[in-house]
Amino acid sequence: MASSPRVALFVTCLVDMHRPSIGFAALKLLKQAGCTVEIPRAQTCCGQPAYNAGDRATARALALSILDAFAGYDYIVAPSGSCAGMIRHHLPALIENDPNLAARARELGAKTYELVSFLTDVMGVTSVSARLEETVTYHDSCSGLRELGIHDQPRALLGTVTGLSIKEMADPDVCCGFGGTFCVKYPEVSARMAKDKIDDIASTGATTVLAGDLGCLLNIAGRASRENVPVMVRHVAEVLADMTTDLPPIGAPRQS
Amino acid sequence: MRPTSSAFIANAHKAIADAGLQKALARSKTNWQARRAAALAGLPEFEALRDAGRSIKRHVMSNLDFYLEEYAGRVEQAGGQVHWCATADEAREAVLRICRQAEARTVTKGKSMVSEELGLNEYLEEHGIVPVETDLGEYILQLRNEPPSHITGPAFHLNREDWEESFREHHTHLAADRVFAERKDIVAEARGVLRDRFTIADVGITGANFLIAETGSSVIVTNEGNGDLTQTLPKVHIVLATIEKVVPTLEDCATFLRLLARSATGQDISVYTTFSTGPRRAPDLDGPSEYHVVLVDNGRSSMLGTDFQEMLHCIRCAACMNHCPVYSVVGGHAYGWVYPGPLGAVLDPALIGLDEAKHLPAASTFCGKCESVCPMKIPLPKMMRHWRERAFERQLNPPVERSMLRLWAFLAQRPALYRLGTRIAARMMAIFGGKNGKFSRLPLASGWTDARDMPAPEGDTFFARYAREERAGRI
Repeated sequence: MASSPRVALFVTCLVDMHRPSIGFAALKLLKQAGCTVEIPRAQTCCGQPAYNAGDRATARALALSILDAFAGYDYIVAPSGSCAGMIRHHLPALIENDPNLAARARELGAKTYELVSFLTDVMGVTSVSARLEETVTYHDSCSGLRELGIHDQPRALLGTVTGLSIKEMADPDVCCGFGGTFCVKYPEVSARMAKDKIDDIASTGATTVLAGDLGCLLNIAGRASRENVPVMVRHVAEVLADMTTDLPPIGAPRQS
Repeated sequence: MRPTSSAFIANAHKAIADAGLQKALARSKTNWQARRAAALAGLPEFEALRDAGRSIKRHVMSNLDFYLEEYAGRVEQAGGQVHWCATADEAREAVLRICRQAEARTVTKGKSMVSEELGLNEYLEEHGIVPVETDLGEYILQLRNEPPSHITGPAFHLNREDWEESFREHHTHLAADRVFAERKDIVAEARGVLRDRFTIADVGITGANFLIAETGSSVIVTNEGNGDLTQTLPKVHIVLATIEKVVPTLEDCATFLRLLARSATGQDISVYTTFSTGPRRAPDLDGPSEYHVVLVDNGRSSMLGTDFQEMLHCIRCAACMNHCPVYSVVGGHAYGWVYPGPLGAVLDPALIGLDEAKHLPAASTFCGKCESVCPMKIPLPKMMRHWRERAFERQLNPPVERSMLRLWAFLAQRPALYRLGTRIAARMMAIFGGKNGKFSRLPLASGWTDARDMPAPEGDTFFARYAREERAGRI
């Protein structure tokens, strides 16, 4: 492989719509790591809303467009463990019965990574040049942790951010209650789970909570705001790319 | 029991507001999770055991007929009788028939989830037979007329005050001013009350954790010893077991025993592990004179060869519910039927139908914790998704959800239109919510905003901003 791998950035629908800066942070980090980054224009969503709602036909149709949109790259990288896990593990499962496409789907899956683990595990990044004078706590998003084994990687890179210290929650690996459409279908259960997560965050004394998935972050930020718990919520890529001075935390008022 | 699974949302609402229940559920972490973690830390081969257990189960499910016949043959050789029951009705009738032949008036019972599944207590009562639960948890639930909320700790939803209250209410023959200073006082009182019942029982019914094909033995694991008294004191012993409990050999059983207690309670092994094979033999000092196995299918065999076959690997340790963030918030009763938690979310739709149980596989974030702790590595989230697929095919999910999904799917498959739509939506939301950075109410999104604020988006979509940066030559 060339020294500068061709990486397709899977922006993810939530980042595209809600917090594009995370996409730009990913872009910056990938370039810093020596990748040639391209943004396939035909991408929309990984298909999880359909897949997890039981709408296999739609999920499969989206999987096929992903196969086309992301063909020919060395790697596909997403700033989300959930979307990366979908493409890496579930997309091949959706297509495994199609003898013409199964091999392509498996190949695509094997080339797909979540951003931070890609930086450390594939590109060998061991440190970042960033500064954040905060005590942070890191929430392990479920898919990233249990489908992709992401645990140490973000903590290792965060450890190299100047001024930053990490305080662990009692249960960083317990679900925040987001769960895609779960959070709107079972809002009361979801909110209680989010409350438990926020209690755990608050008990660390950390001023900022970080995670690698925007879905979880919106849920945590939204519930913290509702409970008036003054914790700043950010995607880990914003911190690693040293972009925290460029934009307010998730759900915080816009800087004037 | 009559299911209330279709009322999951209302059940959950009630559970979340129940302070006593929430206090009880908080013990999950210290009682179950921490103990399991400590037990696993002392057993480096745990992962290898999981794989071994899983491959035994796979082998058994591929040859279930063979092992069931071998098992039944050994039971009969040992002097026992096997009653093959395809349905719950047949199983209840078989139990009643045996009880009537024994002219039974009182039946003691060890803990059995299958008995709950069959609604056996109500059935026996209707036919004039008094069932007495002898497991401590099941005993208090019987006093309170409540179903279990957990498969290994049936009264997990109760606190000590609830125990005291029920004992004072029901054990009126004891001094009213007695003091329950510690948990062991409660246990001692129950032991005293139950001791009499054991001696008068005509029939003892136990469940089975395993049925061993090579010996025809049934195995129960308990911590109170009630199971032993239930199956050795009365003149008739009935083993109530479902067909997937069969394992080929004693050696295989040992593999599962090593996994079971550690996964369930964090014990290396349960206090009592009892093997029973046939009725009392000539030189035996005690034991029942009749030994019956009521072998129940009740929907299991229809799971073979389907997406749900691996659910039959379950050894009922409850690790999935002990670690489930949804169970730990709503408790077992919210699930509305016998088997709660992740295992129930897969099993209940198969046993009581998807129309009744459709919420159970839907009410999961797919966090994957259950699968990660399951000693049999059962892919619970994957199977819940399969139920969702069936629910979707049958249009069991709400029309609003289906229309939203259709609209989203239409756009997501048309990138140009999708870009336009997201651009407008992001811009609008940023204009209306940008100053505060959040919305406390959003039209069409009350499912979100009833429970939390919605952070406002930045304003531009990624693709709009990227195109602008590209045009300006900044990228």
